[in-house]
Amino acid sequence: MTVNNILIVGVGGQGTILASRVLAAVIVQAGYEVKVSEIHGMAQRGGSVVTQVRWGERVFSPLVPLGAAGVVLAFEKLEALRWLPWLRPGGQMLVNDQRIDPMPVLTGAAVYPEDALARLSAAGAAVTLCDGYALALRAGNAKAVNMVLLGLLSRHLEFPLSAWESALRRTAPEKYLAVNLAAFALGRD
Amino acid sequence: MKQLMTGNEAIARGAWEAGVLVCTAYPGTPSTEITENAARYEQIYAEWSPNEKVALEVGLGASIAGGRALVAMKHVGVNVAADPLFTAAYTGVTGGLVLVSADDPGMHSSQNEQDNRHLARAAKIPVLEPADSQEAKDFTKYAFALSEEYDTPVMLRITTRVAHSQSLVELGEREERTLAPYVKNSHKYVMIPAYARPRHTAVEARLTALGHLAETTPLNRVEWGDRSIGVVTGGIAYQYLKEVRPEVSVLKLGLSYPLPRQKITEFARSVTRLYVAEELEDFWESQLRAWGLDVCGKEIFPRTGELQPEIVAAALAAPLGHSPASLEHSPTPPTPPAAALEAPARPPVLCPGCPHRALFYVLRKMRLVVAGDIGCYTLGCLEPLDSVDTTICMGASIGTAIGMEKTRGREFGRRLVAVIGDSTFIHSGVTGLIDAVYNNAPITLLILDNRTTGMTGHQDNPVTGRTLQGEAYREIDLTRLCRAVGVDRVTTVDPFDLKLLEQTIRAELAAEEPSVIITRRKCALIDREAVRPPLRVERDKCTQCLRCMRLGCPCLALREGETVIDAQCTGCGLCARVCAAGAIGEAGEQ
Repeated sequence: MTVNNILIVGVGGQGTILASRVLAAVIVQAGYEVKVSEIHGMAQRGGSVVTQVRWGERVFSPLVPLGAAGVVLAFEKLEALRWLPWLRPGGQMLVNDQRIDPMPVLTGAAVYPEDALARLSAAGAAVTLCDGYALALRAGNAKAVNMVLLGLLSRHLEFPLSAWESALRRTAPEKYLAVNLAAFALGRD
Repeated sequence: MKQLMTGNEAIARGAWEAGVLVCTAYPGTPSTEITENAARYEQIYAEWSPNEKVALEVGLGASIAGGRALVAMKHVGVNVAADPLFTAAYTGVTGGLVLVSADDPGMHSSQNEQDNRHLARAAKIPVLEPADSQEAKDFTKYAFALSEEYDTPVMLRITTRVAHSQSLVELGEREERTLAPYVKNSHKYVMIPAYARPRHTAVEARLTALGHLAETTPLNRVEWGDRSIGVVTGGIAYQYLKEVRPEVSVLKLGLSYPLPRQKITEFARSVTRLYVAEELEDFWESQLRAWGLDVCGKEIFPRTGELQPEIVAAALAAPLGHSPASLEHSPTPPTPPAAALEAPARPPVLCPGCPHRALFYVLRKMRLVVAGDIGCYTLGCLEPLDSVDTTICMGASIGTAIGMEKTRGREFGRRLVAVIGDSTFIHSGVTGLIDAVYNNAPITLLILDNRTTGMTGHQDNPVTGRTLQGEAYREIDLTRLCRAVGVDRVTTVDPFDLKLLEQTIRAELAAEEPSVIITRRKCALIDREAVRPPLRVERDKCTQCLRCMRLGCPCLALREGETVIDAQCTGCGLCARVCAAGAIGEAGEQ
């Protein structure tokens, strides 16, 4: 009984939940059982957030076990490091090239790990870095970073491009569709 | 085709399919989306009530009038609604009445992690506990039938992981129900002692009958496997168990109170070792022990925090120990490898442009004692603002401040303020303010009016005057409300006017009577018109005094000895206002 596991991690407000909803729509369309666990409420106010996505023939727990995620899609570099223990040995760590200092770093109580990417590689993760902000700007809206990253994620999954495009059409507001599709395509390239 | 839904969406769908007419709630994580989704069905009247007590009373009224009603709240909301709940348990229902209690093990967004199965038992009402979204929908529908058949309110208890996890749901059609003619029934609904005594007898008989139902209901099912281990479980713990130990025998409890004694005893006899896997309290376990069953539970499962698949696996792998000395021992969650431990924590912060930041900056500067309350502004307790002394429950700030002042005297009171949000003030702050007026407590209350209910996701409330459907009737005018309860000194200031805010606080602290300062500025997340281009620090003017860093703004960072503003900045200008050197301005401005 194989269960596929993905973690989408980032900072509250970065659009991780919408990204996971598109992914989930693609998985449902492919006929799998799927479970998605989200975090709402206080953590969304700029805290560390995670959405866990699991699919297969049969899925019980909505939580991804430690060391079981085939892919971790990280919207921020420190968050990639934080959720590294959930990545399967040799799994894909897809990282948005963005640094958002958490408050303990801003107040000087902690230091931002400048070597986050090196530590990810040293731990055996296959790291792909993506400048989501630049690509989203190129697609026409700085806020489409989540769609760029979704495009990047799509390269590592079995689902056909048409399934992603149809999920984007169904999940996101009509007026952003052109930008979202462009951002997705840039991330996938 | 099946549809992917969160537990909360599925409960709203289940209510709709069950023909529910009325859905009421006060927003609270993790319950909020139940009512937001119910409001999308045109056949359902849905409302944000001012608090959970009113929500349940409206729901009970709907039930007495013959309609089915769903009332949703977070776990601590049930404390507020406990008064009507405990007597609604006596009156019973006409139309089905279902109370959703959304518990928050792990306290993702709550001040405690109470287990509301205890409250249901204290109120003597049955509890249903779904384990995924399909069950959330099915159990909701079943709860209405159960409520009417047994003449009782029913608690549907969910936890954060069920509320906010999505899984596939088979949709059904709505069962249209016609309202029976209204019949007055004062012996059932007027709870004077003479009428309430027979109702209590009826409640006890009802519990016995529900106990019989628990023996046969398909909601309590045995999944036979390896009979050397048998686990009594339910809710999300069932999913974790199936994930990590699919081979063991399981008794899954969907009707989790009252418990089926015979069924559990037979299950216990059929397995070599009996375990109870339940999140938080030993609710089932203690009952099993009272029946004399030899069971292993909280010796190996934690009583605090959320369960995780890893915790369930580790607990069942541990050698069996029944010694009472180990009762308080809780296995620690799995330790992540060292790399992650070095990742600095990322606590939640007030958003860029948040009006609360200005207020807490001033409170910190004035070194006041601050009795706080529940909402986004609770985050004012964190560094660097770090200016909140207490946070207990909805509305507690005012009573707490009164108690502090009455204990330590007027001199202490001149350095003490209470702080509460607009929605929280309406929820349960008004009565505290009445206490201050009535008992002559010259406290200073700050009402943080950001024109929304922020933390739960921007719901309207009586102060905004817009309903859940977005219709505008009448705004509750906070100034007039405070004056009406007898506060003569009511001022409104823009919290971004830091000087005026500080002056006003000083003046009101000195006043020998209760006073209210309304700090009014829209939540930055709903005031999109206020968003301006990011500001910039002019390097040659900046004296590195770091005063701006005391604001705790996530957009201000110190990089290689320089203060910089990043792209998330909404241009609110607060940092420019506190900058003594005038070094912060708009990007184009030199």
